[in-house]
Amino acid sequence: MGFSDARAFCRDLQSHPADPVGDQKFLHILARWAKRYCPWVGLDGADGLVMDVTGSTHLLGGEPRMLHDIHLRLKRAGLSVRSGIADTRGAAWALAHYGEGIAPQDQPLDAIGPLPVAALRLDEKSSVGLQRLGVRSIAELVALPRATVARRFGAEVLLRLDQATGEQAEHVSPLPDPPRYQVRLTLPDPIGLEADVMAGTGRLLEKLCEKLKAQEMGARVLSLILRRVDKESQEVEVRLARPLRDPLRILPLFERGVGAIDAGFGIDQLRLVATSVEPLPVQQMTHSQGRNDDKLDDLISRIGNRIGLENVQRFLPADSHIPERSHIIAPAAFSEPSGSWVALRERPIQLFPPEPIVGTGPAPPRHLRWRRMSFRVERATGPERIAPEWWLTDVNWRSGVRDYWKVETKQGRRLWLFYTPQTPGWFVQGQFP
Amino acid sequence: MSFDLSTYFPLQNKRVHEVCGSSAFSFAFALAGQQQASVLWIREAWLPEQINPVGFSPYINPHKLLLAKGKDQIEVLATAEESLRSGAVGLTVIELTKPIGLTAGRRLQLAAETGKSTGLCILPDGMGSNAAQTRWRCEPVFDAADSTLQRWEIIKNKSGTLTAWNVRWNAETRRIIVVSEAGERPVSQGASG
Repeated sequence: MGFSDARAFCRDLQSHPADPVGDQKFLHILARWAKRYCPWVGLDGADGLVMDVTGSTHLLGGEPRMLHDIHLRLKRAGLSVRSGIADTRGAAWALAHYGEGIAPQDQPLDAIGPLPVAALRLDEKSSVGLQRLGVRSIAELVALPRATVARRFGAEVLLRLDQATGEQAEHVSPLPDPPRYQVRLTLPDPIGLEADVMAGTGRLLEKLCEKLKAQEMGARVLSLILRRVDKESQEVEVRLARPLRDPLRILPLFERGVGAIDAGFGIDQLRLVATSVEPLPVQQMTHSQGRNDDKLDDLISRIGNRIGLENVQRFLPADSHIPERSHIIAPAAFSEPSGSWVALRERPIQLFPPEPIVGTGPAPPRHLRWRRMSFRVERATGPERIAPEWWLTDVNWRSGVRDYWKVETKQGRRLWLFYTPQTPGWFVQGQFP
Repeated sequence: MSFDLSTYFPLQNKRVHEVCGSSAFSFAFALAGQQQASVLWIREAWLPEQINPVGFSPYINPHKLLLAKGKDQIEVLATAEESLRSGAVGLTVIELTKPIGLTAGRRLQLAAETGKSTGLCILPDGMGSNAAQTRWRCEPVFDAADSTLQRWEIIKNKSGTLTAWNVRWNAETRRIIVVSEAGERPVSQGASG
């Protein structure tokens, strides 16, 4: 049915493009949520979850109550859900898709007998074939001799039937747990020397890096938790400028933090956790390495652990005529150098917040006093008019357009002055080489 | 007696140098432009003056410059020591606001020696440390024909004499050019030619 036809039946029909990837992601989220009912949760097709609730129903007061609870919570989240509980996975699937409720124990056929044969997870051809023969329900299929069914439709139909009745075993394969990047070392005797702690950290780091390597991940933030004999614990955090899994490069970064630890009566457990990881795929080693800044990255990590990783910065070009906004300052660890630098006109190398000076009229003053120094202006180049960006509100640019002048003084200094014609005043904003 | 600028500039590697005067920043950028490796610029976070990447882009590609901001002078010096010792950057520029002691200055020298990199402290006037290899004073000079003329003067030198040069910046070749002193030309030659 085309969309226009469908809309003829339903006036308020809305359409959205299908998003299978997003649906799968959401299903994985639901699967994680479903672990509140049982630990064994797997996916079933593109739109279903299969849960092995054996032994965990009593925690919620029995099967009906658990089912009620699931329905209630999912409904509150705005989802419509169909469900079934049975001894076998096949019977539960049939109930969830073609009926609803709970099959009585040990007799799944009682519940699924009246359901159509398609509820056995048969392919289209077999189920239509069975229906043509007049076999409409599962109970009727069970009544047929097995040999004839097998001859006509193959072993598939019987397998599905056996799986539903429990004659044939079927597994629920749960989703794998996300890997945990955590290792620990428990010591029989407490240690207290810095070198010992570093040696222990080195061992842990090797194990952790192997784990990271297996998953092709790199650590971004590492945390070393040292438990003392008196059950106090202390933490050393190391933040890296780039995802890493090389123990030799990470270990020296712990030195400073470990040195500051108070060992008390001794440390008897070390725990190392990669609290933040990022994908770090294995790369082909070539003779022409694109960017070989390992030493620089190590330096950024090292400095960043002392003064804060966000305080090591780099400049990125920005598209603006306003001198203060013609560049962005971004943390070096979280940005890549990109873009090209274009200087259409000469710009000062130093910028400061505008400092008012005495001056009248639109022409630059002949004498000026700035920072308790007096200058005689010998040459003034300008004006260069820069208008504020009206689409952004900037307090500093409330005074309107600015006429910039480069002023060279007899005393040597070359200053960047501006005049605001709309609210007359002179300011110094920068210094040229 | 005047020596060639190239004996002292680019500054001697594995040492920490100092520069003061109002053109100290352009001295630092001119030096940074001569580096193959990256440059780390360390300063205190509260300083109101900012270096403007669009302005210094003729001297050095701003992508090659990293900026580190310390809370106070202790953090700045600690960062500088790490940076000099690692040798990952060719030049470490340190903006100082207070004079540093002999211990701090010597530690920077040792770090620079270990890391085989150069350090440059930008100081306010008259606040040098005795450990510095050379100290320069750079002042802009007004010139009717040229707007990049500066006077670079060595005011402390551990291994040489004190000299001064007039230099200007050539924008096309991106090089510092030494301007010969007008006063040094013999009078007779000037009269005849």
